[in-house]
Amino acid sequence: MAEAVLEVEDLHTYFFNRRGVLKAVDGVSFTLYRGETLGLVGESGCGKSMTALSIVRLVPRPAARIVRGQVRLRGEDLLAKSEREMRQVRGRRIAMILQDPQASLNPVFTIGNQLVEAFAVQRRWPRRRLWTLAAEALRHVKVPEAARRLYDFPHQLSGGMKQRVVGAIALAGAPEVLIADEPTTALDVTIQLQFLRLLKELQAETQMAMLFITHDFGIVARLCDRVAVMYAGRIVEQGPVRAVFRQPAHPYTQALMASVPRLDVKVDTLATIEGQPPALDALPEGCRFAPRCPYVERRCQQAYPPMVPLQADHAAACWRLEG
Amino acid sequence: MYRYVARRCLQALLALLVLSAVVFGLVRLTGDPTLLMLPEDASAEDIARLRRALGLDRPLPVQYWIFLRNALQGDFGRSIRGQVPVRDLIAERFPYSLRLAAASFAITLLLAVPLGVLAAVYKGSWLDRLAQVVAVLGQSLPMFWVGILLIQVFAVQLRLLPSGGTGSVAHYVLPAFTLGWWLVAGIMRLLRSSMLEVLDSEFVKLARLKGLSEARVIWKHALRNALIPVVTFGGIYLAVLITAAILVETVFAWPGLGRLVYEAIVFRDFPVVQAVVLLTAALVIVSSLVVDILYAYLDPRIRYG
Repeated sequence: MAEAVLEVEDLHTYFFNRRGVLKAVDGVSFTLYRGETLGLVGESGCGKSMTALSIVRLVPRPAARIVRGQVRLRGEDLLAKSEREMRQVRGRRIAMILQDPQASLNPVFTIGNQLVEAFAVQRRWPRRRLWTLAAEALRHVKVPEAARRLYDFPHQLSGGMKQRVVGAIALAGAPEVLIADEPTTALDVTIQLQFLRLLKELQAETQMAMLFITHDFGIVARLCDRVAVMYAGRIVEQGPVRAVFRQPAHPYTQALMASVPRLDVKVDTLATIEGQPPALDALPEGCRFAPRCPYVERRCQQAYPPMVPLQADHAAACWRLEG
Repeated sequence: MYRYVARRCLQALLALLVLSAVVFGLVRLTGDPTLLMLPEDASAEDIARLRRALGLDRPLPVQYWIFLRNALQGDFGRSIRGQVPVRDLIAERFPYSLRLAAASFAITLLLAVPLGVLAAVYKGSWLDRLAQVVAVLGQSLPMFWVGILLIQVFAVQLRLLPSGGTGSVAHYVLPAFTLGWWLVAGIMRLLRSSMLEVLDSEFVKLARLKGLSEARVIWKHALRNALIPVVTFGGIYLAVLITAAILVETVFAWPGLGRLVYEAIVFRDFPVVQAVVLLTAALVIVSSLVVDILYAYLDPRIRYG
């Protein structure tokens, strides 16, 4: 699986406002391989979504700007592309599923209209053929009575069905990379599972690489091959799901694991992490987790720790691992 | 959709009926017209005879029925001042009002929609700031004053455009602009703020993620949604436009309905006032009906409510 599709290197995306600079993404690096799923986990506001939006270059302008770094899609630098060239990438080579299916579909156009549009940017086919293609795409994501659903408006579908439509739109371009930004948080648990299973099936068919953004460790365990843990704009630990779950190396990952409730152990209170993540416009000098870390040392407060390789593909950014 | 339209049409008809009753009643509250029509020393018999001749001795419901029947046939009686049928007066003046309204409405669409959209897209730019200035002035300057000022500058000093009356296309420019500026200001501000909200939405993000061009994202996905609140207010603006026309028509000596009703009020020409009030109110009802249908067309959630 050594075929790298998407490489993100030292990515920095900052928000600029009157009060100062908000470092939403501050030096993120990872590689996504063909056919694999990488889970990107972290608390709300740690920069997960901003990382995703930076990859497709749709950060909210003019407040946010990609300041530094590289995003390479099969070796091509996406940050160097013009807006016109980027449009050829979006939807066709990198697709994205947004968090809220309810809000992702335009309420005033039919499902068919919105799906056909996704196909029409790639091929100048007659309307009828595109319409057939759209019906097929809906069938593919297991929407019952697909041909009839095309004439429906979003408000006439259930949340789960809407998410499938959004999935069909994302897959319309047969993308090499699919970014899913917490695609199931707005759905109930059973519908969630169905949708995740569907995504997995589709991935097996097309061998697309998936970047799965979530804060749900259950989903990571079920769905992902590798996981990257993000904290305050940086990736603090990265590795195969099994290794990270069994032997979390970074104190933040350890604390996260401890806070996940388990069914096989009876507990009276849930473990929590003391304190709050630092404000992104007032980050501490050294390690961002230092103020909350039980093992904090002097050097933690002076400089940010390097990514320390532990074993095959597993690495964490913590001074203690340096020895 | 058809059921919705049918329901709204029925409601509009009902509103018209209620309205006619109100107008009928209000006119009768202003006093006995025979006292105005006869000399002060007229005998009680003369008054009674005139009342009988005019049908005022009959019970009110019967009078209302006759009024309604005549109004439906376009018969609003005769003008007291000119002794011509009110219908003829209206038929003569109405087209002028309609043309002026159409001209200012065209100005509004041509200016307000692009300006509102561009101001939102280029928020904070010089264009946005210019649009804000135009909007604030348009909404806060009194319309009659704008009209007088425009006459002063373009007709009196520069001698570029006629100061009043009708005849050529040039005659339309000043009154249509005076009326249109206020409308442009209102609709543009509304469209700008609703565009800003829509541009921030998830479905606009998804449209961009599909690889659509920015033009398509803005003019198709965003604008169609942003227009919904604008159309809602559009109905209210249209109603105000009809009343505002009275001022503008007076300032520019425009022979429309507005000026007709102004003259009629000055001369206490009740049949004319009654007919014009009824007609403008009916216009408001019809325009709000059109707005509602347009609204349903724009927003499928209402169509299939």
